Amino acid sequence: MTTTQAAPRPAATATQTEPAVRMRGLVKRYGGRAVVDGLDLDVARGEVFALLGPNGAGKTTTIEILEGVRRRDDGEVRVLGVDAARGGRDWRARIGVVSQGEGTAQELSVREMLDHFAGYHATPRPTTELIGAVGLEEKAATRVGRLSGGQRRRLAVALGVQGRPELVFLDEPTTGMDPVARRQFWELIRGLRADGTTVLLTTHYLDEAAELADRVGVVADGRLVEVAPPDELGAELRRLATVRWAEDGAVREVRTESPGAVLRDLLAGPGDVPGLTVTRPSLEDVYLSLVGTPSTRPAAPEGDLR
Amino acid sequence: MTAVLTDRPAPPSAARIALRRVGLELRLFFRERQQVVFSFAYPVIMLVIFAAVLGGDERPGDVPFTHYFLAGIAATGIMLTSFQAIGTTIASERENGQLERLQLLGTPPAAYFAGKAGQVLVTTAAQLALLLPLAHYAYDVPMPADLQHWLTFAWVAVLGALAGTVLGVAVSALRGSAASVTTGISAFAIVLQFFSGVFFGFAELPGWMQQAAALFPLKWLTQGMRSAFLPEQASAFEIAGGWEHGRTALVLVAWVIIGAVVCVRTFRWRRVDA
Repeated sequence: MTTTQAAPRPAATATQTEPAVRMRGLVKRYGGRAVVDGLDLDVARGEVFALLGPNGAGKTTTIEILEGVRRRDDGEVRVLGVDAARGGRDWRARIGVVSQGEGTAQELSVREMLDHFAGYHATPRPTTELIGAVGLEEKAATRVGRLSGGQRRRLAVALGVQGRPELVFLDEPTTGMDPVARRQFWELIRGLRADGTTVLLTTHYLDEAAELADRVGVVADGRLVEVAPPDELGAELRRLATVRWAEDGAVREVRTESPGAVLRDLLAGPGDVPGLTVTRPSLEDVYLSLVGTPSTRPAAPEGDLR
Repeated sequence: MTAVLTDRPAPPSAARIALRRVGLELRLFFRERQQVVFSFAYPVIMLVIFAAVLGGDERPGDVPFTHYFLAGIAATGIMLTSFQAIGTTIASERENGQLERLQLLGTPPAAYFAGKAGQVLVTTAAQLALLLPLAHYAYDVPMPADLQHWLTFAWVAVLGALAGTVLGVAVSALRGSAASVTTGISAFAIVLQFFSGVFFGFAELPGWMQQAAALFPLKWLTQGMRSAFLPEQASAFEIAGGWEHGRTALVLVAWVIIGAVVCVRTFRWRRVDA
């Protein structure tokens, strides 16, 4: 290597080293109201990232800006090293999308549909393999118009990953799926991840985020309120345990960071301690306090939602 | 560094996707019964009805009614399989999110339009192949007299279908639900048929109606069809006293260009957000 050697092509280097998704100060306004209000986020290559948040938090708007189908009002957005607002066909070929609004012709069968769209990709996954991966074997010859909502979602997922994308956006992919289909979908995502595909998905389901994501970003009112691996989400909130027991016919409750000490004191006393429980906030409790809605359910024992 | 290189072959060309789309559009067209009935069988049914009611009448120049009517209903058929079919299907494909999928796949708009145009050409040809023999064998309507008249028929039909296609794409961009766009297009098409001399002799229409019709392609399309099907002496009964081939071509080409410009400027993959 000498110093006179030509520098590596900047474009290629940027494409390889940049994160799969990079946003800085992303803003989108509708009628003067900011629905996305200054998002900063990096999603690494090969990572599975979940955007979690209530309806209207700005998840879909964000993901549509990343897909290059919605214009942003401010900020910087680079997807696979390319400004998302300027990506051309080659860029699109590297991205797979499962959106909420898309539709497919009702009068085609599942297999016909996948065979047709295979022709839009340079190296499509074989139709039979795709049908198997989303569990639509028995519906392969059924017309799309006669599929259930959950089955249509599965078809949308198949279409989204048909072109072997490097990066997949999934906007509430499992809405309407039954539990079996959801698990099948999770398997599919794990398979994509094993192949090195980057996945960015939005979801309402905490268990889904916990199950699939390397990191979770909680969005509320167009802002990211926390980004962390699912286990560490709301670490501070989770440190507080609640110790409950019955005393003189009333429920006593102590919130503490060291429930062990409280328990020692309680058990040191004479006799039994009726109704003794120690609970930590569940992922759901953490999520609800992060998005600013007080939990209406009693705290479940830790680990319940994993 | 062993980063997975993004060395993927270029996506298939627009031309290849266009070909695929023609096949798909045709398959969908014939699977959607409503489409087939409304834009395909309509001219045939109208010919049967009008021939049954007015078959004995004559138009100026000793032209039997059915001869005159075939030219008009053939032109109408072209308008239906192009303008009406394209305008209504694009509006509904946009509304139910089919176009969104195409956008997300990076489909070149030209490939999508080419698919529609291919569908129009095939369905129009099929429709005429049904209508003309029916008129000829059931109602004794003479076909174009010689090669020259057939060529006239061909260029008028192709230009008309082309104008109808681009204008169909153009009107599909109108705001409103797919249902309201469909209703609007159908209503417009029906009124235009009356104005353009499809059902009544054009020369018998009030002047203001003739002038309004002359702004739109259908009047020129029917006139062009008459020049292909009717004997030469019938041209004396046209408003201008002749077939006006030059002007017909000019108006149709102008509409193709206007429609294409509007398409390129207004075509959207998605519905407009409220």
